[in-house]
Amino acid sequence: MDAIETILAAHPFFKDLAPRHLKVLAECASTVSFAAGEYLFRENEAATNFYVLYHGRVALEVVAGGRGPLTIRTVEAGEVLGWLWFTKPYHWRSEARALEVTRALALDVGEVARRCEADHELGYSLLKAYSHVLAVLFRVAFVQLLDIYGT
Amino acid sequence: MVPEPYLVQGVKKETGDTYTLTLAPAGGGPAPAFAPGQFNMLYAFGVGEVPISISGDPGQPGPLVHTIRAVGAVTRALCRLKRGGVLGVRGPFGTPWPVDLAPGKDVVVIAGGLGLAPLRPAVYWLLNRRAELGNLELLYGARTPQDLLYRRELERWRGRFDFRVHVTVDAARGDWRGNVGVVTTVIPRMRFDPAHTLALVCGPEIMMRFTLQELVKAGVPPEQIFLSMERNMKCGVGLCGHCQWGPFFICKDGPVFALSRIQEWLGRREV
Repeated sequence: MDAIETILAAHPFFKDLAPRHLKVLAECASTVSFAAGEYLFRENEAATNFYVLYHGRVALEVVAGGRGPLTIRTVEAGEVLGWLWFTKPYHWRSEARALEVTRALALDVGEVARRCEADHELGYSLLKAYSHVLAVLFRVAFVQLLDIYGT
Repeated sequence: MVPEPYLVQGVKKETGDTYTLTLAPAGGGPAPAFAPGQFNMLYAFGVGEVPISISGDPGQPGPLVHTIRAVGAVTRALCRLKRGGVLGVRGPFGTPWPVDLAPGKDVVVIAGGLGLAPLRPAVYWLLNRRAELGNLELLYGARTPQDLLYRRELERWRGRFDFRVHVTVDAARGDWRGNVGVVTTVIPRMRFDPAHTLALVCGPEIMMRFTLQELVKAGVPPEQIFLSMERNMKCGVGLCGHCQWGPFFICKDGPVFALSRIQEWLGRREV
């Protein structure tokens, strides 16, 4: 098992994926590193990567006109960042800034999509893992909208 | 039932609308002892009376400490008091946090917004008995960094080697390097053995509901989860009925309840 496969195997997002699928995903991944303050991506840039954080923290920001960048979520090691796009090229709608030295795997979403088309079991496993992330994100967004500290 | 006059010894602005008042009996002598989680009825003469949790150290005899958010006529009047001002105090009332159950257990303290004020006395108590506890963790959430209470104290607590403090806000500007996310997302990162954990929770009711769901999901038994309910209290002694909540009077049977005791009432819309 090479270094990238080892990182994937240890990462919570991929805990239910079969070893043969981790091997395939490792072929779509590269290691990336960001210094504190460096941006992983900016709004409107082409979204070609899905990030698997294994060290550090990232502030997910939206640019809100005169109010400057607003942080809406902190993403930590053990979490994932980005969407799994499976059709057209998409663009980032927010920005991600490393709060400290951050290391991640960058999965090429185009390559991952091609591999999932070739192996539907891989696609299903990946989407199953991702649907859980989406469910949590929706719930968190719903709670944030409620402004629970408003009263 | 008659308020005792107290003098304001000090006023500290915590956030834009929240102040901590330090009080001493006008007639001299120490304030009455209290247990963590109890509250006093504070009377702004000529305006009215409100229940406010005691937020000082129960182990330190001396001034009475209350943290108050200015949201209505009475609390605004109390927050306008200056050093030397006079207010009335009745109490202490209510059931306390069951800190006597803590020795030998992991303890998680989860506070939201102004909810840290009634929990701070429990934190003081727990820190004074730190050696008797397992893991001790505090999770504090607020709307923005500007709404965090007791900021310096939080930073001091974080500097301890035997106390893990997690702070999170719902949204922040770019200069905030702390965590942004609702409290429920931080609970999985806390270290505790669910079967041997005492959980103390206080904050807006909706925040408590989501927090309680996560704690139960993590495996903490409901009889080991305690929360402080805050509803409209008037007399403080279980006579007027304003704080009645199903079969309970919040002022007398609470405000601190075990989740196992009130679980069926939490979701009832009629109350």
